[in-house]
Amino acid sequence: MRDFSNTYIFVFSTVLIVVVAVLLSAAAMLLQPLQQRNVEIEKKQNILASINIEASRKDAEKMYDKYITNSFVVNAKGDKVEGVDAFGVDMAAEIRKPLDEREFPVYVSTLDDGSSKVIVPVRGKGLWGPVYGYLSFNDDYNTIYGATFNHDKETPGLGAEIATRTFQKQFDGKKIFDDQGNFTSILIQKGGAAPGDPHAVDAISGGTLTSKGLQATLKDCLSGYIAYFKKQQEQK
Amino acid sequence: MSEKEPLFSSKNLKLITDPLNTNNPITVQVLGICSALAITVKLEPAIVMALSVMAVLVVANVVISLLRKSIPPRIRIIVQLVVIASMVILVDQVLKAFAYDVSKQLSVFVGLIITNCILMGRLEAFAMANKPWPSFLDAIGNASGYGLILIIVAFFRELLGSGTLFDYPVLEKIGLYKTGYENNGLMILPPMALITIGIIIWVQRSKNRELIEEK
Repeated sequence: MRDFSNTYIFVFSTVLIVVVAVLLSAAAMLLQPLQQRNVEIEKKQNILASINIEASRKDAEKMYDKYITNSFVVNAKGDKVEGVDAFGVDMAAEIRKPLDEREFPVYVSTLDDGSSKVIVPVRGKGLWGPVYGYLSFNDDYNTIYGATFNHDKETPGLGAEIATRTFQKQFDGKKIFDDQGNFTSILIQKGGAAPGDPHAVDAISGGTLTSKGLQATLKDCLSGYIAYFKKQQEQK
Repeated sequence: MSEKEPLFSSKNLKLITDPLNTNNPITVQVLGICSALAITVKLEPAIVMALSVMAVLVVANVVISLLRKSIPPRIRIIVQLVVIASMVILVDQVLKAFAYDVSKQLSVFVGLIITNCILMGRLEAFAMANKPWPSFLDAIGNASGYGLILIIVAFFRELLGSGTLFDYPVLEKIGLYKTGYENNGLMILPPMALITIGIIIWVQRSKNRELIEEK
């Protein structure tokens, strides 16, 4: 086998690395718009899922344009923030800020029967990684119409169950304010919620830490909407 | 090197057919088991994984074979890894752009193609010493041998574990559930993939006596 000088080895590896680097950067730049679109479509699917509309990847954008009639951003005082695109708000970054500095996206949807629903995103920590989802409320700004949750790396069969319909269905019809109008959030109760409790759902057996994480997430994210929801309730 | 070898000489054809059976990377060389256990729950990801491995292996084998005389032996392993790694990143990016759902299912295992021993093995053992065309055939053969086992395992795991094929509810359509049949939940978990591969190895060895080691 031919012997190679050190200079040759250095030149060879430099050329190889430059070629590879150019190739990969070009590919990343060319494919990025397509990848971003996929992420957006998934987000739209999730938003639609919270108002119990199942959209496939193909019709997600059409359905989104049809059902989501308005979207805007509010602050913790309940005032609308102008000039911010609700869809573009990065929840992962927002939840790291203190409550009164965050931007809270709100999506308004009009269903086929003419009723109006308001959708808010939630995001927080599960056991192993982030949990996130969307809650939709009836126009009393209190009763949950639908919920959808997802996660990145919760344990399959245990914590990951938050992504199943069976778990999410429990949220339908629950209320986040009690009769006196105090914010209660939704409790995810180990051992099962008392029958008929309007503010609690059953936790997942074996998924206690994920359930706790989700409960904290709901409380944290929803508390930012209290002011806005109260204002809307008064206007009614 | 006086006569030009025909493109599909019997020697070249053996490069494709051997890895399918007597020199299969999974069942005979027992390489690439990790990914074979992880992504064979359903047929679709298994097929995408097989195609991804084929794309990476074919390009890497041909590239290394073209460069084989100019790669300094002292850094050849690094060079091989760079070629494999960049191909894997390319495949990952393409999947994210064009097959987002599947790429989510395969998740980390596309990236882990880099560590799949089949690839390094073929580059080091074959492409470093052979011309591009035989290397190309060798890559096709080995990737097919890998993919074949993946698909066989995924077929049984999806059918018996979820009762579907390509997410089409086969068992429900033929009315098997009405007779009291239930899906075997264990088939979805990795241990059953190992057992399925074990059964395939058993069947293969009982048919090919020459694979059995002498005592």
